[in-house]
Amino acid sequence: MTHTGVNAMENKEKKVKVPRQKMPEQAPKDRVRNFDEVPFGYTEELAITEAKRCIQCKKPGCVAGCPVDVNIPGFIKKIAEGDFLGAARVLKETNSLPAVCGRVCPQEDQCEKVCILGKKGEAVAIGRLERFAADYERNAGKVSIPEPAPPRGQKVAIVGAGPSGLTIASDLVKLGYEVTIFEALHKAGGVLVYGIPEFRLPKAIVQAEVDYLKKLGVKIVVNALIGRYKTVDELFAEGYEAIYLAVGAGAPVFMNVPGENLSGIYSANEYLTRSNLMKAYRFPEYATPIVRGRNVAVIGGGNVAMDSVRTALRLGAENAYIIYRRTEVEMPARIEEVHHAKEEGVQFKLLTNPVEYIGNEQGWVKAIKCQRMELGEPDSSGRRRPIPVKGSEFLIDVDTVVVAVGTNANPIVPATTPGLEVNKWGYIVTKGESGETSRCGVYAGGDIVTGAATVILAMGAGRKAAKAIHEYLCGKKKK
Amino acid sequence: MYRIIEKTFLQEIVVKMVIEAPEIAKKRRAGQFVILMTEDTGERIPLTIVDSDVQKGTITIIFQIVGKTTADLAKMNAGDALPHVLGPLGHATEIEDFGTAVCVGGGVGVGVVYPIAAALKKTGCKVISIIGARTKDLLILEEEMKKVSDQLLVATDDGSYGFHGFVSAVLQNLIDSGEKIDRVFTIGPVPMMRVICNVTRPYGIKTIVSLNPIMVDGTGMCGACRVSVGGETRFTCVDGPEFDGHQVDFGLLTSRLRMYCDQEKQSMESCRCGCHGK
Repeated sequence: MTHTGVNAMENKEKKVKVPRQKMPEQAPKDRVRNFDEVPFGYTEELAITEAKRCIQCKKPGCVAGCPVDVNIPGFIKKIAEGDFLGAARVLKETNSLPAVCGRVCPQEDQCEKVCILGKKGEAVAIGRLERFAADYERNAGKVSIPEPAPPRGQKVAIVGAGPSGLTIASDLVKLGYEVTIFEALHKAGGVLVYGIPEFRLPKAIVQAEVDYLKKLGVKIVVNALIGRYKTVDELFAEGYEAIYLAVGAGAPVFMNVPGENLSGIYSANEYLTRSNLMKAYRFPEYATPIVRGRNVAVIGGGNVAMDSVRTALRLGAENAYIIYRRTEVEMPARIEEVHHAKEEGVQFKLLTNPVEYIGNEQGWVKAIKCQRMELGEPDSSGRRRPIPVKGSEFLIDVDTVVVAVGTNANPIVPATTPGLEVNKWGYIVTKGESGETSRCGVYAGGDIVTGAATVILAMGAGRKAAKAIHEYLCGKKKK
Repeated sequence: MYRIIEKTFLQEIVVKMVIEAPEIAKKRRAGQFVILMTEDTGERIPLTIVDSDVQKGTITIIFQIVGKTTADLAKMNAGDALPHVLGPLGHATEIEDFGTAVCVGGGVGVGVVYPIAAALKKTGCKVISIIGARTKDLLILEEEMKKVSDQLLVATDDGSYGFHGFVSAVLQNLIDSGEKIDRVFTIGPVPMMRVICNVTRPYGIKTIVSLNPIMVDGTGMCGACRVSVGGETRFTCVDGPEFDGHQVDFGLLTSRLRMYCDQEKQSMESCRCGCHGK
């Protein structure tokens, strides 16, 4: 202990006075023309200073705020002591993707929201510290692999290698199950590889965390679209005793306004997949092309919209707009992302909604006809409902549009799995938190159950389903 | 990895390739396709599965060299391996005994119509096939098509072989001759499919087209392949690739196919084959 003998109250007083440590980052004018990660991360000194702010509560609220129950005071204590590898080991007891979570979790709504220091001042920067410890371990090349569990001789299939599938795979393999993940794309990671841009989450980091899972013993089969390649029933026939469906909510929503199929109009999924997964920003070194628009409009106000509009800037846009039908207060995007987008020069067109896309003779989009909106009474989501202002139509000149208004459930797995109950939106129905579906031995979690949500909630669902599958298979073995 | 077992040039720029992909071979039905990559820095391109052999665990594709990726693919040889092949994708062709079915294939589209003709023949349909190409040297699969058809008609645009003119004229002649046609399947360049649909529309002959829009993932997650069918937006990779041709907005398909023209040229110029887009 570094603080032996110091009066606890005095100690607490002193620590509160140390401000939350900022993370150095690329200046907006530099970063807006590259795809490198925006924040550089903490130095060792900054990490130790920040870690020492943690008062090591006896009953830490932060742990309860974390969907995968990371031992937060435990790993922070290690950092404060300068034992960075030890900190990474503590993290990995409960979380196999700490470098990812440290970057993309909305900590302000989870662990940091309930940090006691946040009541009077600023919460401990738990996410930044998590990121620091995971990066330190990876950069040191000293990633520790836990002792393999004794094999149980039972096979589990996971459908989808996104955050939920990766989490449950790591949990089950640690319990001794033979785990195979089936992934439709040619790379594992789901939204971590195709959706979240390099400048927020470098793909090398995702790859390193996927490689870590492989070292734990998880098998990953890519290019395997369950439903077409093999069905759920065929997986059972091959000897898998439980199946976890974590296929996400990857089907893009379009608004069905006239002209939406004109050339130059993308779904955010396509735009981001081209840029992130296929590395179209490095065309022609990489073979996938992407339209480098001069005037790009992104429709929507969520994190996906922010990722798209910041990508457009980095692809060389002169004008990059966010078109959103409510105001900034109602935007679902993280405050940090909106802030970054503004710093980089994104123009926000709020209380604005597209009603038609207008094309040129070649069928290429040249303008968006928009309508002004005003806010009415709160709707079922609790947000004030946008109402069109009559006669307020105006044009915005564009050559590229990215529609980022949400995603739906992909129908392939439900359509090819008899007896799998889905709700009217096509999401899989589960019983409580276990992820149990209407089919015996079939579990589901993540966005295919909840609709588009966050990485960490999908991981939390994977964690809970791992427990449920373990109980189910233990019961099965006894019989 | 997916090993290339066999490669044959059917014509100067048309290649047939047999690829080891046992799981795909097992599941595949006529009308379905794969998405493949030639290298890790490559792009994902869709190609129809022309044939499969469950025993040997292979699938067959036929493609025309039209740009960088198909040029790269054509340079690969038996023994080489493709890093990624995803499939089978899309819905299988609806195959039943329709009575008389006419299969119209143009250019490399003959390769796509071939498995459909073969499947129709098996169900007991009377199969009349019309195949065509710009010129005799580009015509493919004539012998194979003959084997699965009750009648085979051939056309070339320049008259170097068979009927002088378009396959659409051959179909029109067939209709004029009083042949009772219950269903038409047509696969080839967009202008060809469009004209074939215009020929059959006045007679109310149901006409199925297999569409070839730009695709990325091929699993329904992006909408790059969206088309308008009967005024509704559909994703070709999941809802198709086959649709009722009389409902398809071919103008939209044509303009969307041109989206990357400039970049495709640039990509071809910088490709290692040194063919500079030719």
